Amino acid sequence: MKTVLLHLLESAMNSLARFFRKLGFLIRRDRFNAELEEEMRFHREQQAREFQAEGMTPEAALHAARRQFGNDTHLREQSHGVIAFRAESVVQDLRFALRQLRKNPGFAVTAILVLALGICASVAIFAFVDAALIKPLPYQNPSRLVVLFESIPVGPRFHLSYLDYLDWKKLNQSFSSLDIYSPYSFMLRTPTGRQEAAGASVSAGFFRTLGVTPVLGRDFHPDADAPSAPRTVLLSYSAWQNRYGGRRDVIGQTVTLDDVPRTIIGVLPRDFHFAPAEPADFWAAMNASDECEKMRDCHNAFGVARLKDGASLSSALADIRTIALQLQKQYPDSNRSRGALLAPLSDVIFGDIRPILLTLLSGAGLLLLIATVNVASLLLVRSESRRREMAVRGALGASRARLIRQFVTEGLTLAASASALSVGAAYATMRLIARLIPHDMMAGMPYLRGLGLNGRVLLFACVISLITGLLLSLTPALRLPLHDLHTGLSEGGRGSASVMWRRFGANLVVVELAMAVVLLVGAGLLGKSFYRLLHVNTGIVPERLAMVQVDASGGAYAKDPQQVALGRQVIAKVGSLPGVESAALSNVPPLGDGDGIKVFTVVGRPQMGESYESVYRRVSSGYFATLRTELVQGRYFTEEEDASRPPVAVINQSLARKYFPNENAVGRQISLGGPPKEIIGVIDDIQEGQLDAAPRAAMYVPFNQDSDTNFSVIVRTLQDEQSILPALVSTLHEIDPGLATFNRVTMRERIHDSPTAYLHRSAAWLVGGFAVLALLLGVVGLYGVIAYSVSQRTREIGVRMALGAQRASVYGMILKEAGLLTILGISVGLGCSVGAATMMGKLLFGVRSWDLPTLASVAILLGISALVASFIPARRAASVNPVEALRAE
Amino acid sequence: MNRKTDLLPGTLDMLILKTLTRGPLHGYGIALSIKNASEDVLIVEEGSLYPALQRLLLQGWVKAEWKLTATNRRARYYTLTAAGRRQLSHELSQFDQMISAIGRVLQDA
Repeated sequence: MKTVLLHLLESAMNSLARFFRKLGFLIRRDRFNAELEEEMRFHREQQAREFQAEGMTPEAALHAARRQFGNDTHLREQSHGVIAFRAESVVQDLRFALRQLRKNPGFAVTAILVLALGICASVAIFAFVDAALIKPLPYQNPSRLVVLFESIPVGPRFHLSYLDYLDWKKLNQSFSSLDIYSPYSFMLRTPTGRQEAAGASVSAGFFRTLGVTPVLGRDFHPDADAPSAPRTVLLSYSAWQNRYGGRRDVIGQTVTLDDVPRTIIGVLPRDFHFAPAEPADFWAAMNASDECEKMRDCHNAFGVARLKDGASLSSALADIRTIALQLQKQYPDSNRSRGALLAPLSDVIFGDIRPILLTLLSGAGLLLLIATVNVASLLLVRSESRRREMAVRGALGASRARLIRQFVTEGLTLAASASALSVGAAYATMRLIARLIPHDMMAGMPYLRGLGLNGRVLLFACVISLITGLLLSLTPALRLPLHDLHTGLSEGGRGSASVMWRRFGANLVVVELAMAVVLLVGAGLLGKSFYRLLHVNTGIVPERLAMVQVDASGGAYAKDPQQVALGRQVIAKVGSLPGVESAALSNVPPLGDGDGIKVFTVVGRPQMGESYESVYRRVSSGYFATLRTELVQGRYFTEEEDASRPPVAVINQSLARKYFPNENAVGRQISLGGPPKEIIGVIDDIQEGQLDAAPRAAMYVPFNQDSDTNFSVIVRTLQDEQSILPALVSTLHEIDPGLATFNRVTMRERIHDSPTAYLHRSAAWLVGGFAVLALLLGVVGLYGVIAYSVSQRTREIGVRMALGAQRASVYGMILKEAGLLTILGISVGLGCSVGAATMMGKLLFGVRSWDLPTLASVAILLGISALVASFIPARRAASVNPVEALRAE
Repeated sequence: MNRKTDLLPGTLDMLILKTLTRGPLHGYGIALSIKNASEDVLIVEEGSLYPALQRLLLQGWVKAEWKLTATNRRARYYTLTAAGRRQLSHELSQFDQMISAIGRVLQDA
């Protein structure tokens, strides 16, 4: 046994050495030729000299030598034959393969398209995997970075307080450095008014811990976060480009954030990102003099640390847990039951998206595998009709290896064409998928900025194309009647292998069809949910509504009358803008997160410990008219109902139904502490929470009676609502440049980009994309199996027809075979999809998991597609000429 | 002079390897040496000699280098490698078996 192995090894080594020597010859082909030439010339001359010595004249001797030497060219070719790879024959094979594909464009297009789709999906999803999971994070030695959280009974990943941070920093023995960061939304003072600007507040050593150096300017000084230190800020690369036009003199300029002037000291590298704090344009050194930093129970930052050499995650975790216990004992008031948790930075950044991406990638890989097997089965059908060709070529002396090489060439040609096509398509697909992600969410995944066709993605595309090509070449090559070429000549030669293939193919088709059904049903249900969601009755007319949020805090609006006056001024000025039909205010616009809940009591009703809860909104008098909300009962409040008038409230139907069942709510009084409010009207429910949230009790009180410095300005426009937004913002800044404006958006965008809509939309699109692929694959697979079966049964069909079978019955026979597989596939699929839909019940909205129209349309769609796919081979079977079929066998 | 004696298939390689055991030779020298050693019975045709030499090179059984001849001409000299020596002894033993087998057949007849 051992000697056999050694022998095998030796022969393998030998062929390898031979291969490289050959390669060497080939690379130095010119030199090889020249040397051979010289060697032969030398030989001829020596020969001639000998003849001359024997008494010939020099000419005669040369002539004789040449004659003996033989045909020069032929000789050279013979020598070449020894060393060449027969590149010519590869080109021959390639040409033959292309000719074969051209001869059968239907097959070529189907095969290439199916493969291209499979490869495209895999490559596009791999690009995301690469951007998120493979591309290293832009820090020095990122695997040594960890994030430090404090754990409380509610959950393990909570903020640290600044004082805790100082203790962690002092007491730990596992970190070479520990710093803190917290995402922060600054109010940026600009010439046109205050604006919200995304940023982060970090401790001085933050970037040194990450191992990031600014591309321009310098990093924070080690004491930049001390109370007395001058305030400094670093710019993100994109902020430098977009806000400062990439000018180099930006260093040293002052920027006013939250009314504090800060000096810009540097610009971060272009590829820098730090997802836990993004989006962030301004990276400011924190200032330990703030109120929160003095309190141990004010938690506002996360820690990021670099592990010391030799420290492992678990040893570091043990270390900080010890410190946490120590802090608990030392500060029982603030730190009772506060633990600590360490997580690798990459887990914190990619933890959520990793399983999703890997699931998608395996799904795409599975589809690609099925696509490949399908195309292989198509190739097999073709190879059946080429058995005779192969047998003849074999009989004429083509070696087994040569015939296999022909198949390999054809397989690789198909795969190569498909992958060339798919790389472009993959680029488009990944752009499309990236566009499905709303802007805000994308900003939180800065690592996806590097998405694209880089070397790794292209390499992946090459590798899967190669594997696909090899799989494609293997299948028909295995079925080649190589061992007994003559049987291919004499008759059809159906062995057990073909029966096995048919069985395998049939099973595969059932699986494929079932998979297509599940995905189609899923896509159908999700699509329907998405449609229902977008058309859910929100209680408002969302078209031609635009809004912007205003923050007037920290200025001249501390007192209620000032706020009311500001509100009135805003409504008057904005309402008189050209193109604006009406304007209104609300402290929280509809379709938000549904927060802002207050507890109330009904005056004159004993409440046995039961608490009444309601969404609480402060709105202007024109709010309901602007949103076009239906009044069910009573009246809206008026502009004149301010603090000098009795407090009033408008409630929605849900509140009326919930807390005033079987009685008239209008006229009743409710109390939220303070003077009771009279209910003056009942409106249809406005959707205050997310689109898919259940309706909630809500009450609306006059802004003029309960004002706020934070509010949304909502306008109904006469024309396109998008175009009014700039005028809206500039009008607000005309009123007071100190007003901060942010989140300008149209209501339709707000609906469309809401997290719920996003979730439904992307799920519907993704599942839909996979479903289309699966449908295509199922249909092609069915076609392949039926066509193969027809090709195998040509003689049987011929005999039947010779014995008097009608064409119709041949059709029937083939369609029955296909129908059986289809029905089996569809029923299995329908069963599975009800199960799958129940499992994804949370994603469904307004649709039941056994939604009959969806199930029925999927079944019909698949049935029709399957019918078309099996009709083509059935027609071929019916048009078999019995005489030819029998003679041919 | 131009008499052709058919060699048994595969024996040319063996003859070349054997010839090279006596020292490096160029192509012409090999042909001449075989001719002389066989007393003009075996004439190695150049048409088979050079392809054979390429084959041996490829197998790694000989190696080639350019040297000057006694008459100061550049010629490619072939040298037997260790692998070539092994191959020769292998082929020789096979050849011996073959010859003795043929001999036995002929004796019986």
